[in-house]
Formats: sequence, structure tokens, C-alpha cells
Amino acid sequence: MSLRTSRTARAGQYAALLCYLVFLAFPFLWLISTAFKPARELGSLHPTWIPEDPTLDNFRQAFDEQPLLRAAANSLTAALCAALIAVVIATPMAYVMARHRGRLSTAATGWVVVSQAFPFVLVIIPLFLVLKHLHLINSLWGLILVYVVWSLPFALWMLAGYVRAVPPELEEAAAVDGAGRVRILVSVTAPLLAPGIVATALFAFITAWNEFFFALVLLKAPEKQTLPVVLTHFLGAEGVADLGPLAAAAFLATLPSLVLFAVIQKRITGGLTAGAVKS
Amino acid sequence: MTLATATARSGRKAPRSGRGDGRRKDGATWFLVLPALIPILILSVGPLLYGIALAFTDAQSGRTRSTQWVGALNFQDLLHDTLFWESFRIGLLWAVGVTVPQFVLALGLALLLNANLRMRWLARALAIIPWAMPEVVVGIMWRLVYNPDAGILNETVRDLGLGDGRDWLTGLATALPAVIVVGIWAGMPQTTVALLAGLQNTPHELHEAAALDGAGAWRRFRTVTWPAVRPVALAISALNFIWNFNSFALVYVLTSGGPGGRTRLPMLFAYEEAFRYGQFGYAAAMGCVMVAVISVLLAVYLVGRLRGGEDA
Repeated sequence: MSLRTSRTARAGQYAALLCYLVFLAFPFLWLISTAFKPARELGSLHPTWIPEDPTLDNFRQAFDEQPLLRAAANSLTAALCAALIAVVIATPMAYVMARHRGRLSTAATGWVVVSQAFPFVLVIIPLFLVLKHLHLINSLWGLILVYVVWSLPFALWMLAGYVRAVPPELEEAAAVDGAGRVRILVSVTAPLLAPGIVATALFAFITAWNEFFFALVLLKAPEKQTLPVVLTHFLGAEGVADLGPLAAAAFLATLPSLVLFAVIQKRITGGLTAGAVKS
Repeated sequence: MTLATATARSGRKAPRSGRGDGRRKDGATWFLVLPALIPILILSVGPLLYGIALAFTDAQSGRTRSTQWVGALNFQDLLHDTLFWESFRIGLLWAVGVTVPQFVLALGLALLLNANLRMRWLARALAIIPWAMPEVVVGIMWRLVYNPDAGILNETVRDLGLGDGRDWLTGLATALPAVIVVGIWAGMPQTTVALLAGLQNTPHELHEAAALDGAGAWRRFRTVTWPAVRPVALAISALNFIWNFNSFALVYVLTSGGPGGRTRLPMLFAYEEAFRYGQFGYAAAMGCVMVAVISVLLAVYLVGRLRGGEDA
């Protein structure tokens, strides 16, 4: 950086950054610390940051108390199916939105924006009734359908960004060679979009894996419930929680999305604006 | 270097390969759009319209008698429902309380991340964590922090000699501020990343030129940085406000709306009305009111943005 920054200003910047680091990190560190503490230490009136006697008991107990594996399997199924279906149907539409100006793509863009402002309550009651009619309440498929549509706005937005980053000249060249529109999309554009499509799918996966409200409303049968819903069972009726197993289960539930997020982080942060900045 | 807008524009202005094949193109376009359009119509636009219709009925869950149209009755009842308006007020307080400080903090962090500092990668990595976490886990995690006996917050308060600490989430005065802090924490990544992206689209040369002209840090921020990030800042703030106003999971896990309704956001209220008491029609009416208010706010924002665009 060629701008001259005074030493005190630099020091101030580091101090501020340190404050942010503490604020962002401390709840997560506390979660980890709690997860590894034995019951004796959790009952102590003077909790410490580092467990004196770290243990895995909480994890064992968490699996005993709640059907975490089954819930994780449900979450995995729902998130995986939703992510795959979402990108498969979103990619062609995103392509149209990015490349063609017309009533259709204007309406689609409008829907993407408006859907961000829906209060879910206005959608969930009719959805509940529709899915009940289709016998898809208490069914993972019902939830998957909802997740697909729910992740579409963001998927369309991301993918359209990636499409715009592909130089249209390439497609025009293929068109001059006589290739049809669909053919161009499949053999010229799609390969260039592949990394963007993967990133979008992973993002849709994370969103579905983390989702709570729809799962809470649409899945009442305990054997169908997803991980976030099962986690709330640890809280107990009156909020009297068994802190250790609660922390352990919560920590485990976060790991998959944290790992995936680490993988796509650059694409999300870079790709948000954009897929747009091109050198 | 080509900037984002330039790329986007060149894409938009791409010559449509001849006007002649318009009809054929339309066919292909529909073919590409339908797979997404059908689910959107059935599971998003349809339910939205159905939901608006439900607001004018006495629909209830598990009732045998058929549903009747009741006109604006639900809305009349809503008008006199002080509990609903109380939750509405709390929803606005919460949305402003989260959005504004979060914006200020996120802008600060984005500026720091944009500067060439050593700990930058660590801060970036950490700033992402709240984004990747399920909201339910964020809620659980902060309950552990706020826990009156075993939580780190009260222990810190005691260590600093600031008293015995308190029961943050169940105290009438502290519950809302406590959940607002969590809301700020949870939404930091999206806001920071959006602002950082705006900052990185500012040509570096402008900063250098301004610095050469002897502009101080504040002036450089006001004349170079702020105009560049302003559109992003407006957009992300408007979205944040709406998302926060509509939020559910975080506060559901933290307080379930308690104590005494002090943190009962409109969504929590409508959820209880619909799925605990089975009042579908009434809850749908609440949803309509929320949409209406948000639409007005959104319109104000859009008009403001258009005006701002003309100025620029």
C-alpha cells in the first residue's frame, strides 16, 4: 500500500481489529469450551475458559439423549436433494436472466427481489395446507420442495452473476458456427460455469442444512425431524437445559456447514459482487 | 482492469444475434425457464396469493366445518389487538436495533479488512463463522454465554467487579438488548462482505490521488470511499432491515418471545397464532399487514435510491 499511514493510526487499526476478533470469536470458543467440560465444572459458579478436565462425556450423552444420527441423516437427505434440484433447475433460468432482456427475465428478477421480503408466515400457512393436501406433511419430500424454492432466489442471483462473467463473445462465436441455443448453453457456457454451479450448490446445501422454521412447522413426526429441530429438544420445556450435551450437539451440528463454508468462502465473498470483477 | 458494472453492461448489451429468429428463441427461452418457473409458481407465488386470500377467511386448523369468507373481519380484529401491535413495535425496535449498529460495526470491519493488516486473514475467517452456523446453534451458543451461572458473560462481569451479573435473557429490561446483540453478531458476515465488496470496487488510484492532494483520512472516506460504497450500503441495509423484521429462529431459540412478550417478534406471534392456536386466517392477516408495511418501507427505499442515482 503506497498510502502513508502513521504509526499510531496503524496501531489503532490493529487494536480495533483485535476487538472485532474477540467479539466474533468468543461465543464460539465458549461453545467449544462448554462442550468439553465435565458436569462438575459446568455446575461450578466460577466457570473457566479452558476445561480443567476435558471430557467427551457430553458427546456420548448427547447421542444417548436425542436421536442425533437419524436427525443428521434427515438433514443430509433434505439438504443434498434440495441443493441438487435447485442448481439443476436454476442454472438455465439464471442464464436467461443474465443474457436476455425481456419481460420474462424482468419478472424473474422482480420475483428474486420481492421474495426476499416475504414474511414466511404468509407463505407457510398456505404451504402447510397445500402440502397437507398432497400428503407431504411429515415427509422429507415436502420439505425438500420447499427448500428448493426457498433457495432459488439466491441461487438465481449467484448463478446469473457467474453467467455474466462469461464473455458473451464465446457464445456468439459458437452461434456463428451454427450451434443452437441449448447446445451453446450445454457445451460452451456450462463448463465455464461449473465452479460457480458447485459453489451455488454448496451454498444451497448449507442453507438447507441450517434451516429451522419450515422444518419446525412441516415435520411433526420425531423420526422425520432435522438436526436443527432436534437440537431445540435439548433446551427442554422451560429452558432448563443440560448444558454439556447441548453444547456438544450444537457444536457437532455446525461442523459440516463450517467445513463447506471454508471451502467455498472465497467464491461466496468474491463471487457476491462478483463473479463480476473480471481482469 | 474491467469493473463489475462494465462487465455486466457488456453482457446486457450483447448483440442479439439477429432479430429474425425471435420466435425460435422464445421457444428455447421457455424451455430453459420452465423447470424453475413451475415450482416457483406452485410453491411461492401460489401460496402467497392463497395466503392473502386466507386472511379474508375464518380458516382454522383441524376444524370440520368448512371455511367461510369473513371479509375484513380479521383485519378489524387485528386493529384492536394490542398484543399484536406491541409485537409489531418490538419487531421494529429489534430491526432498527440490529440493522443500524450492525451497519456501523460492519463498515468499520470492512475498512479494516480492506487495509493491509497482518491479522486480516484471521479476521476474515472468523467473520465468516456466524454466517455458516445454523441460527439454532447461534441461539444455543449465546444462551450458553448468557447463562446466569455457568455463562462466560456473568463470570466476566464478576471478574471486572461490576456486580454479580444478571439473568440477561429473562430480565424484563435486558432481554431485548441481549437478543439484539446476538442479532448484530449473527448478521455481521453478510453485511461486512457486501460492504467489503463495495470497497474493493473503489479504484485505488482515487485514494492515492486524494492523498497526494493532501486529503486527510476522514475527507478521503467522505469523498472517495463513501460515494463508492453508498449503493451497496443502502441495499444491504434495506435487506437487513427486512430480514430482521421477519426473523424467527434466533429469538425463538433464545427466549421464545419472553419474558412477558418483551422479545415476541411479529413472526413469533404469528407462528403461535397459526400453529399453536390454529388461527390460520388471523395469522395470515398478520402476514398481510407485515408485507404491507415492508412494501411501503421498500418503496421508500427504492424511490430514495432512484433519486440518489439521479444526483450522482
